[in-house]
Amino acid sequence: MAGQTLYDKLWQSHLVKERDDGSALIYIDRQLIHEVTSPQAFEGLRIANRQPWRVDANFAVPDHNVPTETHERSGGVAGITDEVSRLQVQTLDENCRDFDILEFHINDVRQGIVHVVGPEQGVTLPGMTIVCGDSHTSTHGALGAMAQGIGTSDVEHVMATQCLSQQKMKNMLVRIDGQLRAGVTAKDVVLAVIGKIGTAGGTHHAIEFGGEVVRSLSMEGRMTVCNMAIEAGARVGLIAVDDTTIEYVKGRPYAPQGAMWDQAVTAWRELHSDDDAHFDRVVELRGEDILPQVTWGTSPEMVLPVSGVIPDPATIDDAGKRAATERALDYMGLQAGMSITDIKLDAVFIGSCTNSRIEDLRAAAEVVKGKKVAANVKRALVVPGSGQVKQQAEAEGLDKIFIEAGLEWREPGCSMCLAMNSDKLGDGEHCASTSNRNFEGRQGFGGRTHLVSPAMAAAASVAGHFVDVRDW
Amino acid sequence: MKSFTVLKGIAAPMDRANVDTDLIIPKQFLKSIQRSGFGPNLFDGLRYLDEGQPGQDCSNRPLNPDFPLNQPRYKGASVLLARENFGCGSSREHAPWALEDFGINCIIAPSYADIFYNNCFKNGVLPIELDAAIVDRLFVELYASEETSEAFELTVDLASQTIQTPSGETIHFEVDEFRKHCLLNGLDDIGLTLESADAIRAYEQKRREQAPWLFDVIG
Repeated sequence: MAGQTLYDKLWQSHLVKERDDGSALIYIDRQLIHEVTSPQAFEGLRIANRQPWRVDANFAVPDHNVPTETHERSGGVAGITDEVSRLQVQTLDENCRDFDILEFHINDVRQGIVHVVGPEQGVTLPGMTIVCGDSHTSTHGALGAMAQGIGTSDVEHVMATQCLSQQKMKNMLVRIDGQLRAGVTAKDVVLAVIGKIGTAGGTHHAIEFGGEVVRSLSMEGRMTVCNMAIEAGARVGLIAVDDTTIEYVKGRPYAPQGAMWDQAVTAWRELHSDDDAHFDRVVELRGEDILPQVTWGTSPEMVLPVSGVIPDPATIDDAGKRAATERALDYMGLQAGMSITDIKLDAVFIGSCTNSRIEDLRAAAEVVKGKKVAANVKRALVVPGSGQVKQQAEAEGLDKIFIEAGLEWREPGCSMCLAMNSDKLGDGEHCASTSNRNFEGRQGFGGRTHLVSPAMAAAASVAGHFVDVRDW
Repeated sequence: MKSFTVLKGIAAPMDRANVDTDLIIPKQFLKSIQRSGFGPNLFDGLRYLDEGQPGQDCSNRPLNPDFPLNQPRYKGASVLLARENFGCGSSREHAPWALEDFGINCIIAPSYADIFYNNCFKNGVLPIELDAAIVDRLFVELYASEETSEAFELTVDLASQTIQTPSGETIHFEVDEFRKHCLLNGLDDIGLTLESADAIRAYEQKRREQAPWLFDVIG
């Protein structure tokens, strides 16, 4: 019998019940909750007169709607100007109070983007099954956990039963060997992977990222990679546990302590695919081949190295792809044959669950230090992923570097990644963004998003257009 | 949960690949704490020429005449004929809520994003996966019908897993047994899972011995 993949092991150890048709009940160790996708689930529990199966397996934090502008933020929930947003955050507070669920409130220093806070606090741990009503839950797979986004009906289902009903996925290995060039980051790696396999390339699969490049990434970098597994269609992204993982988890507020820690570490050391494990699909990339990436279109798979030129639809044979390219160019206001480095920018956003951790902010600060944001960049935001990231960055003086360069230093939240609060693009504006989605209207009605790494976004903010950060 | 048995209705085209859930229902409408009322904002950015706001009366907004669902021949459509990777991106269940609220109860496409596909079944919306070649052919037939006065009407029968087309053709489709059973009967899947409460408790007891740190109270 072939060995097991990491995903096989996590699936097997959480199997409660299998049905004849191959679907199963999977036990969920941790549910993360935010304000946008949970109110209807709590309402469902109330209507059916049900209680959470295990209150202590749930953890909540508001992030999508919270204002990031310091003055508005200082008023707490009551100070949120947008009434509809305020009601949603208030509703989360009330639901967590009524059901006795742990919540980090809006101005708690531990508050932040749920996918930054979970690992940071040790609320999410290796070997867990983790769900959240948010597709970027795949982020936590960087810890060797089976983590996935679910809809609101499943949020309610997990609250009520501690289980998720699903079919087992297939196994895909994305192996990146070799070494990254200087200036090339985890974000470029995952964008290159999406460019190679496409936005549906990982559908029905759990993707394990492996190889020398992945092994040498920090935990922050690994989270960036797993975060965007969903942009390749995979609900689950995974990276095997190693010393880097264990060092990261050690001492986190909710991580196990003492003898329990030793016991947990022994178990976590098994969280890797066996040498003879079978993968349904294997994709290989070389680290040396990956250059800094920039998306030019309206799907994350529409991505090129910074040295690239915008594709010409006339050269595309497939009618569907040609039409998609034409539509994307029209929406983005770009012309075939134009160089990526000629795209002028109106805004820069450094933040989101993809790239708002301390390492991301350090990389961006290093690039802008002593420089100034270009005149055509009307707005440049730096939004730390959590209150703790913000504190750390301020202790290192990064906030001053950003402010002196002309970038705004904000309070933690999802912010302009999806523009549910007041941080949004104007119609037709081009933005260099460290977030994860360049869909039409994602960052604001008519907004034009280009996904890049923090260093690339920072360099673009100074140049006013894209530049190769390796030449910086 | 809403059930789905037989649906006879007009199919409308959504002729582009990778339709994401941001496109199906833009984020400003996700601020609602309700489960209903999203229909007027389905495909908001494509349907209207202006930027929609939550709580706004949509009846006087400027419509995009090129968008099929705004055209008289697709009025009352209950089936959406779509392309690859429909429903990709965000996990927002507001996407099937908006489709269902608008009156779309069935989607036909070559492939779907996993989370969206799963969310549909929870809301009485049947996502049918067919070979790309068959979907291509249905698009050809649908566009041909635009030259006539006949509506492109399909009959979708979940029990027999068939689609009847206007030309009289019967197309078979696949669907998981368990999902089919739940959807046909409109079963409350939480109630169904709770029938396995003993198995869940037994799992927890065993797991607590193996991995006690997973049961450390975080409250």
